This record gives sequence, structure tokens and C-alpha cells, in this order.
Amino acid sequence: MKNKDIQYRRRTELWLIIFGSFVVTLLYVLTSFGNSASVPVDLVPFFVAVLGLGVLAHLVVRKFAPSADPVILPLVFFLNGLGQVFITRLSHESGIADELPALQSTWTAVGVVAFIFVLIFIRNSRDLETHKYTFGIIGIALLALPLLPFIGSEINGARIWASIGPINLQPGEFARLALTIFLAAYLVEKKELLQIGSRKIFRFEVPLWRHLSPVLLAWGFAMLVLIAEKDLGSSLLYFVLFTVMIWVSTQRLSYLIISFGLFICGALISWRIFEHIQARVSVWHDPWSFRSGSGYQLVEAAIAMANGGLIGTGIGSGEPNRIPEVETDFIFAAIGEEMGLLGTVLVLSSFLLIISSGLRIAIKSSDPFNKLLALGLTTLIGFQALVIMGGVVRLLPLTGVTLPFVSYGGSSLLGNYILVALLLRLSDQVENSQSSKEKSIREMSNE
Amino acid sequence: MNKSIRRLAAAFLVFYGLLFIQINRVQIYDAKQLIEDPTNSRIAIESFGAARGRIATSDGVIIADSKINEISDQFRYEREYPHGNLYAHITGYVSFNSGSSGLESSYGEELSGRTPEQLADALYELFADDPETHDLVLTIQHDLQIVAAESLGSRNGAVVVMSPLTGEVFALVSSPTFDPNLLSATNTASANSARSDLLNQVDNPLISRATNEIYAPGSTFKLVTAAAALEQAGFTLETPVFEITASYVPPLTIRPITNYGGSECGGSLKESLRVSCNTTFAEIGAEYLGPSLLKEIAEKFGFNKVIPFDIATVPSYFPTDFGNELSMVTTPDGESTEVAVVENTPLLAQAAIGQYEVAATPLQMALVASTIAGQGNTPKPYLVKEILDSKGEVVTFASNSVWQQTMQESTAEMLRESMEEIVNSGTAQRLAINGLTIGAKTGTAQISSEDPETHAWVVGFAGYPQNLPSVAFAVFVEADSAEGEQTGGRVAVPIAREILLEMFEVNE
Repeated sequence: MKNKDIQYRRRTELWLIIFGSFVVTLLYVLTSFGNSASVPVDLVPFFVAVLGLGVLAHLVVRKFAPSADPVILPLVFFLNGLGQVFITRLSHESGIADELPALQSTWTAVGVVAFIFVLIFIRNSRDLETHKYTFGIIGIALLALPLLPFIGSEINGARIWASIGPINLQPGEFARLALTIFLAAYLVEKKELLQIGSRKIFRFEVPLWRHLSPVLLAWGFAMLVLIAEKDLGSSLLYFVLFTVMIWVSTQRLSYLIISFGLFICGALISWRIFEHIQARVSVWHDPWSFRSGSGYQLVEAAIAMANGGLIGTGIGSGEPNRIPEVETDFIFAAIGEEMGLLGTVLVLSSFLLIISSGLRIAIKSSDPFNKLLALGLTTLIGFQALVIMGGVVRLLPLTGVTLPFVSYGGSSLLGNYILVALLLRLSDQVENSQSSKEKSIREMSNE
Repeated sequence: MNKSIRRLAAAFLVFYGLLFIQINRVQIYDAKQLIEDPTNSRIAIESFGAARGRIATSDGVIIADSKINEISDQFRYEREYPHGNLYAHITGYVSFNSGSSGLESSYGEELSGRTPEQLADALYELFADDPETHDLVLTIQHDLQIVAAESLGSRNGAVVVMSPLTGEVFALVSSPTFDPNLLSATNTASANSARSDLLNQVDNPLISRATNEIYAPGSTFKLVTAAAALEQAGFTLETPVFEITASYVPPLTIRPITNYGGSECGGSLKESLRVSCNTTFAEIGAEYLGPSLLKEIAEKFGFNKVIPFDIATVPSYFPTDFGNELSMVTTPDGESTEVAVVENTPLLAQAAIGQYEVAATPLQMALVASTIAGQGNTPKPYLVKEILDSKGEVVTFASNSVWQQTMQESTAEMLRESMEEIVNSGTAQRLAINGLTIGAKTGTAQISSEDPETHAWVVGFAGYPQNLPSVAFAVFVEADSAEGEQTGGRVAVPIAREILLEMFEVNE
């Protein structure tokens, strides 16, 4: 990449971050206006913190990944800022604990530090590829952590928590990243093996039985998570992640079809076996029949969003605290109520832009590992956002996952900042190899 | 590989597109339906938790107020009634689950700032936290209300005290009563249980006996019959003269109507009113007036009509159908007028003395007294004197108005004279107070032919001599099987006396 282009990218990123900081601060002022009709006392510190973290991250990118995509980081900061504003706003009415805004901003700072560390210490994606089995083991270990006695604990019916000292974490948020790295590297290594040795039935090339093992493994894995930890959202996420990565790496439609078939079987079986899954589906189908019980949350969310309409009630003027879990799973409904359709579409398009940037990195990449990893990471964030937004508006059954960067949750924030750092590392690398390729082509043509 | 990634991108686009459509459905297309969902309690919570204006008596005592709620997160304000159950049937209550009553209901828009004018005012002040609520100033006098409630005591009944000239209501008491604080609590669970406790009580404290229940008015209704006789049948106070008798047998029956305690009475209209002579008034109803004249004058007093009032009332009842006309006969005094004999003339004779199906609210009987005290016009009664805005300036004030022109001034004057005679030497002698001109009519109404217990009534007026009466009243004590027979003169009159002593500040 030419120096001029690098300069342009980083300048774009900086201006977008500055612009985003102003927007977030303006929303913060509106929150305080809606609540107490006064400018917040900590307006200046808030603005300095938002802008400071953004500029700091930007400077690190400028130094360590100068060619990276310029829009992902500003979008992430905007979403994170929007989430912070809403968590602060929700805490005004004692609907949620008062310390949540402070905890969320602390976790944001921790997340940015982790982002910086990843960019500084992981200088080449090759380092990740060579340690693929380490990541695989780490991933499994993290995933199994909540199942251990003493350390693991069950909250709201899902056993996805691990307590280390005073800190409660969801190791699954980090396990996802480790397993994506492992899977990308593993699939690159075994790609030929998975592609060869198939027979043809009609027009489809069907893999041999033994080559189905990774797919079956992925399916079994997702089911295990579902059964052992009762974490429907993560289970679905793993399943989609593995399926997409296997399909893209092998180029075999048959893998996709088989996976999909297995998914349907798995879904049907677990629907038959598990009452909590049956309940989820019934509530999704008709929450009004469960108005005062399990459907309460979905109906209140729908009424809240309807109440918001096109432009919303204004931040601080709605009643989003009526929705249980509004600060985590249902923060999208709070945005819908107080910022209206404009707010929800803003969030939706932010994720769509992140997805398109992520997939562009994957497409541009010539290295198969980088390609698969970029694809996997983008799928993780894009699909997770889709699942929870779709769950809140009843496009999909509700599965309790966070809305990346917006929802309250330390592990989620930290994990997603690491994810974005990896994505920017890949982007930088892809652009550099692209430009070196172009350079060599130019040099060749010059000869 | 890039081909599959592009397909994945397309898949993401499709899913996000579906998400976009679904968000539009929730927030735009289905929004109205969702907001109007009957289970959406947002609007109800918002309005129940909002500040409401104050209600004060004419002498400035606050009887309903909104206090900032420090306990509940849901509701910002809680309604408070500083005098508990004293004003329950006037202010009413505002409850979250079971609506509102009394002035809280009929002036709900003004109190909560939701009249079109108030909403328009609120638009000017966009950032105002609360809507512009209005306060009510009532015609009620706090001390009089206390005396009325205390003199009625634990007995079931009602007291209405009002101005016969302006229609202002000075006291309005119904017993048993309830504490509106309990029903209006922001702790909705305790409000619900308080309400079901009240609903389970046999004597139904939630219902205002003054305005929302009708009772046989007994002999107090003779005032209406007398008014009809004077207005329509050519009577004077002295003529015609009725036979002195112990019983009267109306046409078409053999069952006689007897006098109280089997006594003999009769004579002129004035004399018959003084001793509350049943035989005379039964005969007037059956043979001088007939069904249409009596019904006509009863309706001119307000029977069979909803009284225009600041709180909800039920209409009093006078039967409209006494069967087919059988024949026309001349009146017993031999005058040329003819009266219809109808199938139910015996019941008409009962109705003329306030029995049979005749039933009235104490407010209606106070209006009867007011009409007589106030030169023949029935005033429009009212409770709300002024509506004030939040700066204390008068927005609207009540004007005195005549509801119905009931009878001639001279008729009213004759009835006043007769009622004063009742206090001087008739059934309401215990009501007499030195220095005041007082007129009254007592009533003792049987609730069934078997049971001995009776409703006790007294209606009347009072004022300074040589002036028009300034007060009209109705006192009602409900029949009680433990008390047996309660006559108006013995049970209701002492209550009326307490009220007049307070009203005219007479010390004895």
C-alpha cells in the first residue's frame, strides 16, 4: 500500500473517531437532559475519556497496523459509546444497579488495553497459525471452565460463568476466538484431505464417511455446549461458525447441506427433549399467551419499540426499564424505544458495515489462513448481532447473547475488542501483501 | 473461496434485510396496535403516577393532595387524603386497578391536567416536567362536615346540607364510609385487598347513601303531594277540610290505609301536614290528584331525572305507570274537576304518602326542601365552587342556577308556613332553636309490611326571622333491624338540630 493511501486511511479513521466522540457525547448530554433537564456534571471528563480512548487506539493502529481498514474501529467506538450512554441512562431510574455504568467503562478501558496488546504483540498472523493446537486446547479448556465445581456457576439458567477471585467472567466469549483460530488453521492444513475422495450422487459430490468427521465433531460440539451449559445462543453461534468455515474452505455445497440437515435434526431432538427449548419456541411463536410469565419480556420489548416509533421518545423519556435484562440482551429494545427506528437502523447498519469490511478483508486475502480467520471472526460478530437483534424483534427465537459492544458485559466487551484487534491485524497484513504483490507485478512489467 | 464468501455476504444482507423489515413492522406498521394493546400498562402507570391537583373545602382545608412518592419506582406521586374517611364520598378515590370515583372521577381531567386547554398550555412549556394541574375549591364547610358526620355517628345514613338559594352544598355525608387513602395507595396489592375487603362488607361502604342509593322517603314525600294539591287541585292551606278518621279505604280495594299508631286525624292541609296525617294525603293522591298530576310535580322536583351534580348520582324514582284508566270521577269536595280512577289507584294512595315504590336519594329530598325554602325553584346543586390554576388564579367558577321551575312562589310560601308549624307544634318540635325560623317535615318509612324497622327522615330549612331561609337539609337514617322502629322525629331530628346549631353558631 502506498504511503499516501496509508495516510488517507488513518486520517479517515481519526476524523471518524472524533466525529463519533462528538455524537456519543451529544447523546450523553441528551440523556441527562431527559433525566434531570440539566447538562451532566461529568460532561468534560466523559468527552475526554471517549475521545482519549479512541485517539489512543487510533495511534496504536497508526503505529502497528497502519494499512488496516479505517472504518471498523470508529464503528466499534460508536457502538461502544452508544451502549455506555444507554447503560448510564438505564441506571438513572434504579432499574439496574448504579455501578453498571462505571463497570462498563472500566471494562471498555480494559478492552482497549487488550486491543493495544494484541496489535503490539501479535505482529503476524503466522504466529497464531503455528500455535493452532495450543489455541484449540485453550478454547476447549475455556469452554469447559464453567462446568468445573467451585469455579463455574449458573446464572439465569445458563452455566456459562466462571469466578476467578472477585471477577466473574464468561470464558465462552474468549473460547470462541481461540476455537476460530484453531479451526481456521486446522481447515487450511486438512483442506486437501477434505476435498478429495468423494463420490458423486446425482450432481452432488458427497464426501466419504470418514471425511464427515469434522462436521460431525462440530455438530457434536455445539450440542455438548447446549446440553451441558444450556447456552442456546453460543451453541447456535458455534454451529453457524463451524459450518460456514468448513463450507468456505472446502467449497463443497454438500457440507453446507449436510450441516443444515444435522442442524435441523439437532434442533428437533433438543426441542423434543428439553422443556426450556420448547418454552423458548412457544414464547417466540406467541408471547401474548405467556404475557405475565415468560412472554413478558418480549411483549414489553415490542411495546417499547412500538412506543419509540420513527424517531423515538427521546433518550431518557421512555420507560425501557420495564423490560427485564434491558441492559444486556434487550438493550436493542431500549435504543428502539428512545431513538426510534432511526436508532435501530443506525445500529443495524453499523453492524452491516463491520460485516462488509470484515468480509472484504477475507476476500482480499490471498493467504488461506488469513482468509478463513477473517471470515470466521466476521461471522462471529455479524451473526451474534443478528441473533440477538432478531431475537428481540421476534424474527428468531430468543437466545441470550449480548449485542456486541453495546450490551453491558465485561467478557463480551473484552472478547470483542480482541476480535477487532485480530481483524485489524489481518487487514493490515492483507493490504501489505496485496501491495507487495502489486509492486512485484509492476516490477515485472517494468523489466 | 471468494465465491462462497460473496455468497455469505449475500446471505448476511438477506438476513439483515429481513431484520430491517421486522423492525419496521414492530416500530411503524404494527406500532399503533402494540401501543393500544390492552395489556400495555404504560399509559395507566404514567397517569396514575402523575401529580394531581388539590381539592380544598371552602374554608381552605386541603382534603386531597399529591405527595411525591419516595417508595415506589413506578409511580412518581401518591394521592393523599388528609382527613381519611370524612370526605370519601365527595373526593372519591383514584386507584390503579379499579378506576376512580367521586370528584376524582368527574374532575379527573382538570385535576390531572388533561383538558384540551391544559394540554394546549402544556405545549408552550415543552420542557415542563409535569402537566399544568388544576385545583378544586369546594362549597363544603369543614366544621359543618365534621359535625354532620359525628352526629350521624356509627349509624348508616346520610346528611345533605345546602343553600336553597344558590345550590351550594355545605355538607355531604354518607355513613358507613371508607378511607380513600387505602384504595389510592401506590402499593397496588394492598389497594386491591383494601378494595375487596370493602366490597365484602354487607353494608357496602363504597356506595354513597347521599347520592347513589334510593330509599322510601315516607312522610317527607307528603310535601310533594301537598305541593301538587296547592298548585294543581285548587287547595288552600285551610280548604278543603278532611274527615277526622283513623283509616282511609281507597277506591278499588278493601285494605285501609291507617295513621301512625292507629290515631285519628284529618282537617285542613296545614293541620294534616302538622301531624303527618296518612289518611288525608292518601285521599288527596287517590281522589284529588290522580297519577298524572302527582307524577308531574314529582318530576318537577327532580324525581325520575339525573340531578345535574358535580359527582355521579342516581335518579330518584316515582312510579310512572299505575295501570289503565277505568273511569273519571269528580273530586270528593264536589268541585267540577274530574280525576281518573286507574287500575292501581290503591297503590297511588300509597305513593302519595311516600310508600309503595317511591324512592329518593337524600340529595333529592334536600332539593325538595330547597325548592320550598327557595321560592319555588329547584336549584342546581353544586360542590365545586372554583377551579384554580397552579398559580392560584381562578380558571372557572360555578354560577348559581335554577335547575327546574317547580311551583309558584306563593305555593312555596304556604308550604314554608306549614313546615314552620310542624316545628312549632308538630312532629319536629325538638328541632326548634331560639332566634331561628325553622321549618321541617319528618318521615318514618316502612321498608316492608312485616318488619318493624323503619327509615327515619327529616327534611327542612332554617334561617333568621324575616329573611328567606339560608339553609336546607335532608337527614336520613337507614332502617336497622337492631333498632326496630325509628321515627323521623326521634332519630333524625336531633341530628338536624346539631347541624343547625353549628351552622348558625348557636351555643346552648
